[in-house]
Amino acid sequence: MIKDKVFFNILRFNPDNDKKPYFQKFEIPFIRKDLTVLEGLYYIQQRLDNSLAFRSSCRAAICGSCAMHINGKYRLACNTLVLKLKSDIVTVRPLSHMAILKDLVVDMKPFWENYEHIKPYLIPGKSLPTNGEQIQSPEERTKIDVVIDCILCACCHSSCPVTALHEKYFGPMAFINMSRFLSDTRDNAKEERLAIVNDEYGVWRCHTVFNCQEACPKDLNPSGSIANLKMEIVKNKI
Amino acid sequence: MIYHDAIVVGGGLAGLRAAIELNRHNVKVAIISKVHPIRSHSIAAQGGINAPLGNHPRGGYDNWEKHAFDTVKGSDYLADQDAVIRMTKDAAERIYEMEHWGCPFNRNAEGKIAQRPFGGAGFPRTCYVADTTGHALLHTLYQQTIKYKQASERKEMVIYEEWLVTDLVVEDGICVGVIALDIISGRLEAFQAGAVIFATGGAGRIYGNSTNALINTGMGMAVPYWAGVPLKDMEFIQFHPTTLVGKNILITEGCRGEGGFLLNNKGERFLEKYSDSKKDMEVAPRDIISRNIIREIMTGGGFDNSYVHLDLRHLGEEKIIQRLPGIRDICMEFAAVDPAKDLIPVQPGQHYTMGGIDCSTECETNVKRFYAAGEAACVSVHGANRLGGNSLLDTIVFGAIAGSNAAGHVRNSLDKKGEGALNNALKHAEQRIDALCKSASNESHTDIKIALNKVMDNNVGIFRNASKLKEAVNEVKTLQERYKRIKINYTGKRVNLNLVWALELNGSLDVAEAVIAGALAREESRGSHFRTDFPARDDTGWLKHTLAYFTPEGVRLDYKPVNIGPFEPKERKY
Ligand SMILES: Cc1cc2nc3c(=O)[nH]c(=O)nc-3n(C[C@H](O)[C@H](O)[C@H](O)COP(=O)(O)OP(=O)(O)OC[C@H]3O[C@@H](n4cnc5c(N)ncnc54)[C@H](O)[C@@H]3O)c2cc1C
Ligand code: SF4
Ligand code: SF4
Ligand code: FES
Repeated sequence: MIKDKVFFNILRFNPDNDKKPYFQKFEIPFIRKDLTVLEGLYYIQQRLDNSLAFRSSCRAAICGSCAMHINGKYRLACNTLVLKLKSDIVTVRPLSHMAILKDLVVDMKPFWENYEHIKPYLIPGKSLPTNGEQIQSPEERTKIDVVIDCILCACCHSSCPVTALHEKYFGPMAFINMSRFLSDTRDNAKEERLAIVNDEYGVWRCHTVFNCQEACPKDLNPSGSIANLKMEIVKNKI
Repeated sequence: MIYHDAIVVGGGLAGLRAAIELNRHNVKVAIISKVHPIRSHSIAAQGGINAPLGNHPRGGYDNWEKHAFDTVKGSDYLADQDAVIRMTKDAAERIYEMEHWGCPFNRNAEGKIAQRPFGGAGFPRTCYVADTTGHALLHTLYQQTIKYKQASERKEMVIYEEWLVTDLVVEDGICVGVIALDIISGRLEAFQAGAVIFATGGAGRIYGNSTNALINTGMGMAVPYWAGVPLKDMEFIQFHPTTLVGKNILITEGCRGEGGFLLNNKGERFLEKYSDSKKDMEVAPRDIISRNIIREIMTGGGFDNSYVHLDLRHLGEEKIIQRLPGIRDICMEFAAVDPAKDLIPVQPGQHYTMGGIDCSTECETNVKRFYAAGEAACVSVHGANRLGGNSLLDTIVFGAIAGSNAAGHVRNSLDKKGEGALNNALKHAEQRIDALCKSASNESHTDIKIALNKVMDNNVGIFRNASKLKEAVNEVKTLQERYKRIKINYTGKRVNLNLVWALELNGSLDVAEAVIAGALAREESRGSHFRTDFPARDDTGWLKHTLAYFTPEGVRLDYKPVNIGPFEPKERKY
């Protein structure tokens, strides 16, 4: 059944003027089969309230800009079809565990710091070939098949109950990216990497509640990575 | 006023590569980008990046000369051959470097970087990471910037994310810095710099049916244009043959490289009906396929008079999941189509801006200490038509060249210049924004933008002619007039998208004007520029680059010769 309108209930907050966040309801007077939540936000910002703030760029679920909480789940606004939500009201909140800069725009600094903390770059062996690539068999390459797909959107970060409690907790995104480098046969810093995550606020803080896995719009499995990291730490007696 | 030895505007592949190069030369560098670098449009590139590595079983005889020839021929001989040769000679080194930095390229049986065939290439030379090559490359370069940041105690790499650059400041022909708006706080700031590199990407969103990120408004080209730097060859706009109907999200050429078919409403592989595509079929160059899809639709072979089908079903689910996972997701999420079982509805859409900031093979412009690289620049290596996989290569090759050349100039000129000019420019920018906010008129930037997109789609698309282009000239003039009466309804400082979009629209309009003017003047058909009233290429009259200069009265056109090297212009036949 195609309906002819839909309501967006959006959490608004401008720290310059508002004491605390509040919800504001908007009516979008049309609905198309392929209308996304992001397109709805654009409509509201351009036609109903020019003060609304949110992030977007690729509109194709690859840049990671538009993560937010939509009808009970952290998702990307750009690949969430309004009709698929099967609800007359689309309730939108910003990501959690990060300060709201305005409306749906949050301060991602803690998230980026988590990323930087795990040395998210290849630490190769000493002798790189002078004129050519490092050899990696297709089988070796498949080990990083899925983990390289992280788009750094912070859905997992926002869904994690431990991130909520401890600002210093590395968070699921850091772990999955750590395991991306650990699984890469070209990386040569296993002990250093395991030592980084074997921290008071590292892997052992994880309660294994799988929120992160459920939240990931790219179907990645940070909690699986965490389990692997724990195993590696034990195996390597770090 | 903030000072940095060098400022790179743009955090996409070209910008990050330039910044890394500067840092490698021990230059303190700041990157300014209107989005976090990882959110740049480069992230969306799918199919791959070209280099004549010869890793494919059929690629053994590939080399830089053959890559150069394919590129020049693909460009319909408008590319500068010295620039193309530079790019194809550097290609292998740049790719190996990306691999050493961790880029997770797919591998062939020998464990070398895998390569796939792409349109217009004599050999399979497109290196790839599944169908998310841009994502892998951009993550790799961003990771390297973190490595550089962490490696230097002197904090040499600073990133200003979510700052919109509004002005390029030039004094006596020398670039002295930029003015930028901090989108989060709403503060305007003058940045003084020893050298400035623009790597601000393409202008696809002057069109409506574009594959580009929503942020590709053209503002990044307009800013230097306003400051007196000409834009080159702007009439050459690439239309990608296969974009998902409705949203125009790209369906990579890799799908056809892997063996996908294009079908009309009778289920026929219609490309065989057209002489210029019958040999290479689905892997013929983009401009040719785009035109033939439109011809097929116009002669009744399409669906809803607007699209055809891409068929991947015979590739099988396993291959689709393994080689084209991103495409599978896009089809399922945005169109509820499973490419292993269903046909994908596709239509041509705006894809790439061949033209851009006029610069030399060394990335220099007519303004000293101002450089350009990547899609924002026009060196020109793509001429009238870019080959798939060559623009990612362009970003890292010329990003590195721009970085290294800028580094040389910064070190020779540590004296700080242009404080007066910068203060003036800052004041002007403040006044401009103030005027927008206080405007008593009531034009909406959204309406103007929609009208611009429409006229570009309808009149400046794949098939062009004088009367449609003249109409477009007039329409854009009217829109520019309307823009003067624009009203900002929300005037708060913090994250004011209303203001940002209004500022950017000014750039979109002026860049669009340059595109249309170039297209109307160029009375020939070459590469992506097809004039139904002048259907042949005309080397006597038009083997030359268009230069568009900004003047307050409108665009002024000029021309300059093409650098012809070892490859004599011939008819472009496939
Ligand atoms: C969907 C898609 C798929 C593609 N696939 C391929 C492919 O497979 N192979 C290939 O070779 N090419 C491909 N391309 C083309 C290629 O991706 C782009 O040409 C290339 O990534 C451009 O990189 P760039 O660094 O020049 O610019 P971008 O990545 O667009 O970066 C521009 C940067 O400039 C910043 N910026 C712009 N204006 C301003 C301003 N005023 N102030 C501050 N910052 C500003 C932006 O924030 C951004 O960081 C594809 C393009 C599209 C649209
Ligand atoms: S599994 Fe661990 S990291 Fe993931 S949400 Fe739960 S506590 Fe957080
Ligand atoms: S793991 Fe998934 S949810 Fe977390 S940042 Fe990466 S893509 Fe987003
Ligand atoms: S806009 Fe890029 S992921 Fe949604």
